[in-house]
Amino acid sequence: MKNRKPIVETHALAIGYRSSGTVRTVAEDLNLQLRPGSLVCLLGSNGAGKSTLMRTLSGLQPALAGEIRIDERPLQTLKPVELAQKLSLVLTDRIDAGNLNAREVVALGRTPYTDWLGSLTRDDHSKIAQSIEQTGIAPLLDRHMHQLSDGERQKVMLARALAQDTPLILLDEPTAHLDLPNRVEMMRLLHTLARDTRKAILLSTHELDLALQTADELWLMHPNGTIMTGLPEDLVLNGAFEATFARSGFAFDRATGTFTIHQPKNNAQIYLEGPDKPLFWARRALQREGYGISRYRDVDCVVRVSEAENGFMAEIIFQNQLFKVASVQALIEQMRVFFVSNGEF
Amino acid sequence: MIYNTQNRSWLFILLGILALALFCLDIMLGSVAIPFKEVFRIVTTGESESRAWLFIIEKIRLPKAITAILAGCGLSVSGLQMQTLFRNPLAGPSELGITAGAGLGVAAVMLAGGSSASMYAISQLGISGSWLIIGMASLGSAGVLALILLIAGRIRDNVILLIVGVMIGTITLSIISIWQYFSQPEQLQEYIMWMFGSLGGVTGYHLYVLSGVVTGGLLLAFASSKSLNALLLGENYARSMGLSVGRTRLLIMLSTSLLTGSITAFCGPIGFVGIAIPHITRSLLGTSNHRVLIPATCLTGTVLLLLCDIIAQLPGTQTVIPINIVTSLLGAPVVIWIIIRRNNIRTSFS
Repeated sequence: MKNRKPIVETHALAIGYRSSGTVRTVAEDLNLQLRPGSLVCLLGSNGAGKSTLMRTLSGLQPALAGEIRIDERPLQTLKPVELAQKLSLVLTDRIDAGNLNAREVVALGRTPYTDWLGSLTRDDHSKIAQSIEQTGIAPLLDRHMHQLSDGERQKVMLARALAQDTPLILLDEPTAHLDLPNRVEMMRLLHTLARDTRKAILLSTHELDLALQTADELWLMHPNGTIMTGLPEDLVLNGAFEATFARSGFAFDRATGTFTIHQPKNNAQIYLEGPDKPLFWARRALQREGYGISRYRDVDCVVRVSEAENGFMAEIIFQNQLFKVASVQALIEQMRVFFVSNGEF
Repeated sequence: MIYNTQNRSWLFILLGILALALFCLDIMLGSVAIPFKEVFRIVTTGESESRAWLFIIEKIRLPKAITAILAGCGLSVSGLQMQTLFRNPLAGPSELGITAGAGLGVAAVMLAGGSSASMYAISQLGISGSWLIIGMASLGSAGVLALILLIAGRIRDNVILLIVGVMIGTITLSIISIWQYFSQPEQLQEYIMWMFGSLGGVTGYHLYVLSGVVTGGLLLAFASSKSLNALLLGENYARSMGLSVGRTRLLIMLSTSLLTGSITAFCGPIGFVGIAIPHITRSLLGTSNHRVLIPATCLTGTVLLLLCDIIAQLPGTQTVIPINIVTSLLGAPVVIWIIIRRNNIRTSFS
């Protein structure tokens, strides 16, 4: 990974806003690198400065200090047309051009390459066809932008960015406004594109789960203005991931790579064992109810789950007595009986 | 509905035929009806049995029809550019006060110049006079446009921008009113006649000057069609596709001010053409691509303004009503239709 020349490199970059004499620095001393063929997710809580960084890297906003090099040339020395051939954007801006159809929007991606009238050459047409194929938007081409769903529109905008044929694509929250299947599809598409086209793709997102699964590298933006970079797995294991999103009532489980919204409400500890599938769902239900899941067997309550004909079976051993339940609901109701004396509920 | 290129070519041909037919009709009809055969003979050979007919056609109706075409093309194309630039379906030269700005320029020439510069006098001024009035009117439009552009940079809400535009128009008109208040009655009468709008006052040199300026403005607009297309996706996207937004804005401003300024200077403020025709054209063609839209808007603008001019003549009568009244009567319902059809006008742009 390290031997590939970075397409974007920043040295001691400071980002923020400058207005009428006052300077508000969002983050400083950023030394970042983005390499071809990698999908990088920029994560951070709201207000951490993700958009500011994206806007600065894309040249829409000047840097406060430091340097951004794109393809080994300083960003500010690139002419607008040259920059447009290196870097394309997918933004959260509303596209109000309702009368444009998807085909015309994708074709607009060729703007940096066409003549003064915007005539498309054979090469332009083949690039457009290629990006349509890569994003699978062929069925949408004759529809107008206002007739498309959010997910479809986002894919058209991605196709437009691909048609711009740049080694670098920046996407600002491409999964916002999308439902879960569309979010997953978008991330998978970006992952495949990074691999297949050797483009460098940087996206900001709030989808921690999806980012952990698909990103080749994470940029974690801490509210204090620092950015940690690295492999998702490393950042999880060294605690950086947790630190970035530290918030009360919200715990990160390093073992599963998920955030648990529910913190144990009482001292009740339950040990769970059994096959993965029933175990996973039983744990979820018990955590939601506020029970602590113990790693050790020496607790009052041991639950052995298994798969049965109707999906779920559990044997509960509580104070040396055996109980059997046939659904997760029944398991939880049994727990309420056992632990009611704790007076926590 | 899906429109293909073939349908579009047919629409162009149809509009072209319609424009030609209306052009002939506009020349034939009026207080005196002249048969088509004679019209054809006069236009092609420049001869006729009746010297009165020859005079009417060569000196009155032909210039008036050509002015109608110039005004139709110019106003609607400047409206189209403004709608894209401001991403606002209700933008147009008269709606955002650009015409009022031109009016201020005209008032500066007519009212401040003393009685020697009244409209009658201007028509005697020859080329330098027409340049003066076009220059002042264009300067007036450019001033208002620049002001609105400055405000548009801070305000994203379409409706608020529109209200600001109306207010700036009102301020401009008030300044003109103050001027009028302190002017001589003869000057006032000329100015008020100009306010009604007329396609008939442009003859001789003025017609050449107007044709030249409008053609220049239209060519500028056509040259920015690629930039206008990129701007459809919004400024950020346009910039990311290599567009220098500042230069593009300047170019669009130049074209819009030239078109609106020159036409308003000679024909008076003609309302609703600039806002209504781009919408009619877009819904006819089903596209926002400016490379197609600009020529098509010219054709629709021509057709509509010739039609308005024919109606304004009230064929068969001796009366002529001001063109501004006809365009408003036809245009205002279109604007209402746009608002009703798109109740999400606050943020959307068609």
